[in-house]
Parts: sequence; C-alpha cells; structure tokens
Amino acid sequence: MSGAYASVLGAVLDLNHPAHVVEWQFIKLSVANVVVIGLMLVVFVLAIALPFPGATARRAARRSAGER
Amino acid sequence: MSATANDPAPQRPSSWTARVREAAVTTLPPEKLLPEGQPTYVASWIYVFGVASLASLIVIVASGTILALKGPAWWHYTGVGHFFNSIHLWAVELFFFAMVVHLWGKYWMAAWRGGRSRVWVTGAVTFLVAIPCALTGYVSQQNFDAQWISTQAKDAMNSVGAGAFFNLTNFGQMYSYHVLLLPAAVIALVVAHVLLVRRHGVVPPFELDKR
Repeated sequence: MSGAYASVLGAVLDLNHPAHVVEWQFIKLSVANVVVIGLMLVVFVLAIALPFPGATARRAARRSAGER
Repeated sequence: MSATANDPAPQRPSSWTARVREAAVTTLPPEKLLPEGQPTYVASWIYVFGVASLASLIVIVASGTILALKGPAWWHYTGVGHFFNSIHLWAVELFFFAMVVHLWGKYWMAAWRGGRSRVWVTGAVTFLVAIPCALTGYVSQQNFDAQWISTQAKDAMNSVGAGAFFNLTNFGQMYSYHVLLLPAAVIALVVAHVLLVRRHGVVPPFELDKR
C-alpha cells in the first residue's frame, strides 16, 4: 500500500496500538471479533425477516400448478 | 411386458464397475443429483448461506492454488501477490461468516429431521476441520504475525498433549497440513455433504400450524 493510501486509511482506522478487548469473567474477546459476531447475528435476523425476491410469485405459480 | 414365472431372475452384474454404477444410480438417481428446481420454501435468505459458503470455498481453493504456485516472496513483495493474499484471507473470513450463519439457521430448523442426520454430521465435522485448516494457514504466512500465532498455539497444543504430533513451529509440517491434508479433508466432507443434501432434499422449515 502506498504512503498516501496508508495515511488516509490510518486517519480513519488507527491500528497502531494493541487490540482493544472486551473482558467479562473468563471471556476475553477482541473488539474486532465482537463486531464480527454482532454482524453475524444481524445478518441471521435479517435473513429470516427479509422477504426473498420473487418468492411470493414463485409460491403462487407452484400453488396454481399443484406443486409444493 | 410383464414378468412371468419362467423369466430368469435378474442377475447381479459380474463386473465391479457395473455394480458400483448400479449402486450409485440407485442411491442418487440423476434427477435427484441435478434437479430442475428446488421446493418453494427454499426461496428464503436463510437458505442462501450454504451456497455462499460453497462459493467462498471455491475462491479459497482457487486463490490458494495460485499462492502455492508462486510462493511466499511473491505474496509478500509484489502488488499482485498482496492482492491474491488478501483475496485468500477475505474469502476465508467470508467462508466462516457464511458457514456460522448457515449453522445457526440449520440448528434452529433442526436440519437433522427426516433421516438427514448424516447431512448434519458432515456439515458439523466440516466446520470443525476447517478451523485447523485456517489455523495452519495463519502460521504459514511467513511473517511476524505467523510467528506470534505459532508460538502461542504451540503452548495450547502442548497443554493438551498434542504437541508431539502437531508442531505449530514446524513450518514444513504446517504448510503440508494447510495446502494438502486439511483442504483435501474439507473438500471431501463438503462433497459428501452436498451429495447427501441432494439425496435427502433440502430440509423444510417447521410448519406454523403444527405448533
């Protein structure tokens, strides 16, 4: 990565320090890992809640054709 | 034409290749192996993460093959090498991300229902085998990060008595595990998993009116 890009990115995300950690009893997780776990939970909920494109039309077409 | 009492009994083929073919076609007929469509309940975002894991695995294998052909100096000191190294890393991150969401989805819909226990087991074992596959990759980077991870993980292995068999500081051993043994195991398990899904069908969601 060139110096210019590195300094722009560095201004947004300063990685030049030990990782921040979340500690609770014997559990010790880096903030980066906590963010990824949180993202996975958000994606999981959205995958259940959001309608799939074309699902309703496909279901109606199958129902009229007598298929499952 | 109907069979009569005089017809000879069907004979078992004498060649082993014919017997294997018959067993394969009986177990997984072509219309099940490559179906024209999926049931309507598959049209949901929660069913996307299995194939997302599969797509990530293809990118991992392709980028890993290029990295293995070119070697550490290439992936550390050239722009294209950095690019492929990053593709490999982020495909692994996506693979685990998609695999975890897939696992949660299948766990909550009890995907082992309807004679699908082997589908569930092959998926769960794939996840477990993928973890050392990724770990051996992190220690094969040939940089300070790899050195830190290998010396930390070495202590973990020694604490459970596995250090004599699995030496994290032995680059040759870790690299062999990473580019051959563990990927071969992951790919074989994924192939078995997908074939079992084809055989038993994608697990349906629980029906609301059966509560």
